[in-house]
Amino acid sequence: MSAESAESAESLAPGPAAALPATAAAAAPIVPVVRVRNLSVGFGPEPGASPVVEGISFDVAPGECLALVGESGSGKSVTARSLLGLAGDTAWLRADELTLGASGVLEISEAAWRCRRGRDVGLVLQDALVSLDPLRPVGREIADSLRLHTRLGAAARHARVLELLARVGLPDGENQARKRSGELSGGQRQRALIAAAIALDPPFLIADEPTTALDVTVQAQILDLLADLKRRGTGILLISHDLAVVGRIADRIAVLSEGRIVEQGPTAAVLAAPEDPVTRRMLAAVPVDKPRGLRLTAQLAPALTAQLALRDAEPARAVDAEAGAHPAAPAAAREVVLEATGLVKRFTRPDGSVQAAVDDVSFRLERGTTLGIVGESGSGKTTLARLVLALARPDAGEVRVLGEPFSVAGERAGAEKARRLLRPQLGAVYQDALSSFDPRLTVGDVLRDAVGGRTGGTTVGTTVDTTVDTTVDTTVDTTVDTTGAGRSRGRDGLRSRGGSVDRSDAAGRRIRELLDAVGLPASLLTRRPLSLSGGQRQRVGIARALASEPQILICDEPVSSLDVTVQAQVLDLLDDLQRDLGLSVLFISHDLGVIQHVSDRVAVMRDGRIVESGAAGQVFGAPQHPYTRALLGAVPRLG
Amino acid sequence: MSDLEIQAGLGRSARAPRPAHPPRRGRRPRIGVAETLSGLFALFLVAAALAPALVAPGDPLGIDPLSAFQAPSLVHGFGTDESGRDIFTRVVHGTGSSLLIGTLATLIGLGLGLVLGTLAGMLGPVVDFTVNRLLEVLFAFPGLLLALLFILVFGPGVASATVAVGLATAPGYARIIRAQLVSVRSSAFVEAATVLGLGRGRILARHILPNTLAPLFVLGTLGIGQAIVWASALSYLGLGATPPAAEWGAMLSAGRTYIGSAWWMSFFPGLFIVLAAVSATALGRGIDRRLRHA
Amino acid sequence: MPDAAAQARSTLRALRRSVPGLILVRLVGAGFVLWMVATLTFFAVRLIPGDPAEAILGGPGSQTSPAALAAVRAEYGLDLPVFTQYLAQLGRLVTGDLGRSYALNQDVAPLLAGQLGGTLLLAVLALAVAWLLALVLATWSTRGGRFAWFLGSGLEIVSAALPHFWLATALIVLFSVWLGWLPPVSTAGPAGLVLPVLTLAVPLAGFLGQIMRESLLAALESPFVLSARARGEGERGIRWVHALRHAALPAISLSGWAFGSLISGAVVVETIFARPGLGRTLLNAVTVRDVPVVVGTVLVVALGYILMTLLTDLAQRLADPRLRTR
Repeated sequence: MSAESAESAESLAPGPAAALPATAAAAAPIVPVVRVRNLSVGFGPEPGASPVVEGISFDVAPGECLALVGESGSGKSVTARSLLGLAGDTAWLRADELTLGASGVLEISEAAWRCRRGRDVGLVLQDALVSLDPLRPVGREIADSLRLHTRLGAAARHARVLELLARVGLPDGENQARKRSGELSGGQRQRALIAAAIALDPPFLIADEPTTALDVTVQAQILDLLADLKRRGTGILLISHDLAVVGRIADRIAVLSEGRIVEQGPTAAVLAAPEDPVTRRMLAAVPVDKPRGLRLTAQLAPALTAQLALRDAEPARAVDAEAGAHPAAPAAAREVVLEATGLVKRFTRPDGSVQAAVDDVSFRLERGTTLGIVGESGSGKTTLARLVLALARPDAGEVRVLGEPFSVAGERAGAEKARRLLRPQLGAVYQDALSSFDPRLTVGDVLRDAVGGRTGGTTVGTTVDTTVDTTVDTTVDTTVDTTGAGRSRGRDGLRSRGGSVDRSDAAGRRIRELLDAVGLPASLLTRRPLSLSGGQRQRVGIARALASEPQILICDEPVSSLDVTVQAQVLDLLDDLQRDLGLSVLFISHDLGVIQHVSDRVAVMRDGRIVESGAAGQVFGAPQHPYTRALLGAVPRLG
Repeated sequence: MSDLEIQAGLGRSARAPRPAHPPRRGRRPRIGVAETLSGLFALFLVAAALAPALVAPGDPLGIDPLSAFQAPSLVHGFGTDESGRDIFTRVVHGTGSSLLIGTLATLIGLGLGLVLGTLAGMLGPVVDFTVNRLLEVLFAFPGLLLALLFILVFGPGVASATVAVGLATAPGYARIIRAQLVSVRSSAFVEAATVLGLGRGRILARHILPNTLAPLFVLGTLGIGQAIVWASALSYLGLGATPPAAEWGAMLSAGRTYIGSAWWMSFFPGLFIVLAAVSATALGRGIDRRLRHA
Repeated sequence: MPDAAAQARSTLRALRRSVPGLILVRLVGAGFVLWMVATLTFFAVRLIPGDPAEAILGGPGSQTSPAALAAVRAEYGLDLPVFTQYLAQLGRLVTGDLGRSYALNQDVAPLLAGQLGGTLLLAVLALAVAWLLALVLATWSTRGGRFAWFLGSGLEIVSAALPHFWLATALIVLFSVWLGWLPPVSTAGPAGLVLPVLTLAVPLAGFLGQIMRESLLAALESPFVLSARARGEGERGIRWVHALRHAALPAISLSGWAFGSLISGAVVVETIFARPGLGRTLLNAVTVRDVPVVVGTVLVVALGYILMTLLTDLAQRLADPRLRTR
């Protein structure tokens, strides 16, 4: 033990393995750092029953990065934990072979596992805020493996911790080692977590969604750090839901779906010529570099003819047709439906200093277009959304909706009453759909409230709303094909008015229309949002936002907690709805790929200010501001 | 912090998520053994309170000096006291008053708490600040102290003890209700309702009140157990119901003299107090789980 | 105006960030609470029906001459206007004068000072034992297995529901009457302390155990524990190095409440075990309506409670570095 530990302590500097590039693997018989054959894992008292992971096999060579990609519930994390013997007390595990380095780990005792963990394999989890003990200094966390596996004294351990911190790009280790995870920034924390995992230079590192909670620029840095480890000879199993992220550093990709590996091959090949439908669907769903209007999913295409019919008939879309598919039309041609001028919102920080979360922000949203607002965490996007929705009062500036003042700095206390007349013109879609629903209510209740809630605003609605025209309804109804019938009828219904029909009956019909429009079956009406999937919840959220027949939709990170294919469905749905209903959309997101895909115009936010804005093509094609350029440079792209 | 807040599970660190550990994860929690037993015992108590003569057809005050101090036997399941009265009969006949005292005290505490908590949660920062300071002052009379002060002023007795316990529990209720109100008021779904253009009154009636009041049912159930324990403690100390009344605390107090020779005189009334409190806790938690998962 | 309020709030917040500042802010708050407690008790006591002078001279019904009553009124200042009496009482309180007992013909302050030690000893021992019991119960019941879990949570609920007076009775019957191991009344020496301390500690342990077990479970399921396991940490290390501290935090924050409930329990326990102390003094005073003693005890307990909350706050900041930085 002591000889080994001394060796591992010395081999900090690039060891012999580090010299071997991954491509040289073919030349000499290299022992893979991990070898998995026919692994199945499941939970429950009966081994073999209902597996979560089923018959998967893979190798990772030294200095190679294998990416295990799949959506939530595909079994990625269970696989990672199984490779550490940490699948849990209730788990069963079967495999033909499970080898870490030179020796197998199937059927070894818990004590034997403890000797292997940290030494033969390291683990990096997502979100280091909770993956590092918030009560202990990170230096101690990093020194843990040294304490457990070596006989280094306290001073030697400390020296090693400083060395590790320097290696993961945290200078001033003396200071950093004393801090707790809560005192570090997201990127620093993730670096410290990586330092803890590589403290003993394990030849194999499992990184489970290591960049998921991070901003795009920080994500790029962490990926670079992992790539650096790879160059030094560490074999990495990178687990991710994001094909674009893994594309940056993975040598090979294995796509996991419902517990099985459906496709495995070199990164370039998998990304360029995916063979399995699951891979193809995931690739198609990635919004980066997909032009505005291009569908991210295939399944909704049947409704296209109906949409075309609708588009031709709609005045707002006529402009589109002249100007091409989506490019921004001349500014003069469009009416401004939402306008913010000089918005400021200040907060008092815990230390007493005052900070402007939103600092002199102005923008205009034109009818029928999408304005994308993009920024990293802390840039003030969400505060901006709250100001626009008049959920927070601006300290300066004003928001105008359809030309009328909506939220003005220094307004009277009773202003909400007047604002309620305008509220139906604004629909809002939130990031966390679940918490935006009253937990006691069913989907039906939620929508009934929303439909009922518009009665207060009908006067404004009817005067401003001019795009409706009943003839559209009839034309569409006669031209739709069978598959699209339900959907398009739902959308037409969105524009039809209850009229003289019995009110409750009209409400019931409208709720059904709304569900139809967002592609949900009426059977969900009696369910509670808690029992729905993430995608279904967000669809209910969209249906609620549309209930008042708004002209403007405010979307605050509407897809950021969804899987990429579900995200694609929701983005397509939003695109369809915008087209069909002539909606104007303010789309707020941290994800540049999403923003690029959905926006006509883009504003980039940083530290509460808009640093750059313009037509999407211009901002993404020829960014002027250095920050925009840095952001764009960090975006993971396919291929 | 009050006993109730801990029982209601509010004492846990706000940062730590509610652990989804055993009993097994599932959609709707099954009715467990503990809940079933508690429910049955609660039913028994209610029956004993409503119709004591049916459950134990003896006379709780009937003196029979010949059979004094009998240990538990087939004839006298819980034994007899110094005057030969059957302890089981007395315990059953005492259920009504103990339950009534507990329920009334809880209602008083809950009512006062509701008023204070609602004032603090609804009427703006100035009222909130004032009520919070008042609660801080009241919390500085921990546990039975406020009740003792009340009894000092208004004298001992059943009515006095009931109000005293109600008063002593009120600050705990008030704080829970205020916290619940504040968290519901600032919740995402109330904001969503605002964005939909719903009026203040409608949001209050549709979202805020139901979501604030639903947990009160749980609190009340938990609180009855606690109130029974406190009220019987006052009786035991001679400040509430007094012997020979067949009230659990008073019976225990009477049995104190004969602790060395007739343990059953103290044991069984006390057992009923404990069982009542335990079933109230188990039932309250069961309801809580159900509300959360519904 | 709102600016001034915001300014005051931010100054206050800045002040709270340093330990001396925190102590200062809390002391000012404590002073306010004490003042209000004194005010509340002063006016509450005035609601007592009957003439206090009569109460002093042996209660209503006792044959007292008008001259004697007048003399007592003058001695206790009862003939002065209410507000003057209130100010006089506050003035006395500030100097530590709690007045004179009606029944015991003795000054309240020295009387209570003599009783304080016994009660504090009882409370501190009970708190320590409760912590120990709760810790053992929490760690054992989360060791794994549904049986341990059910037994642990069941024990916690039952012990939290145990009334002191019944538990004391049961312990006396078991250990004194049947087994004869321990004295049924509190005698001098450690043996006499065992039963009172246990009586106070077991229900408290039930409450603390519930809190500790829940936070221990939450910590054991958290990602940082998974990270630690992945580094090769064993089960013992996981518990002692990582999880237990998280489990202790909420229990520490409950210490103020625990102290209050212990004092309240001392009323019962000291009475049953015939132990001198604040609780028994309080109960006797309530029974004979010895107003100055009740008021004095209440004030002393309130002061103790407030000091305990302050200590709890500081202990929390020591145990949880997150409170220091935010």
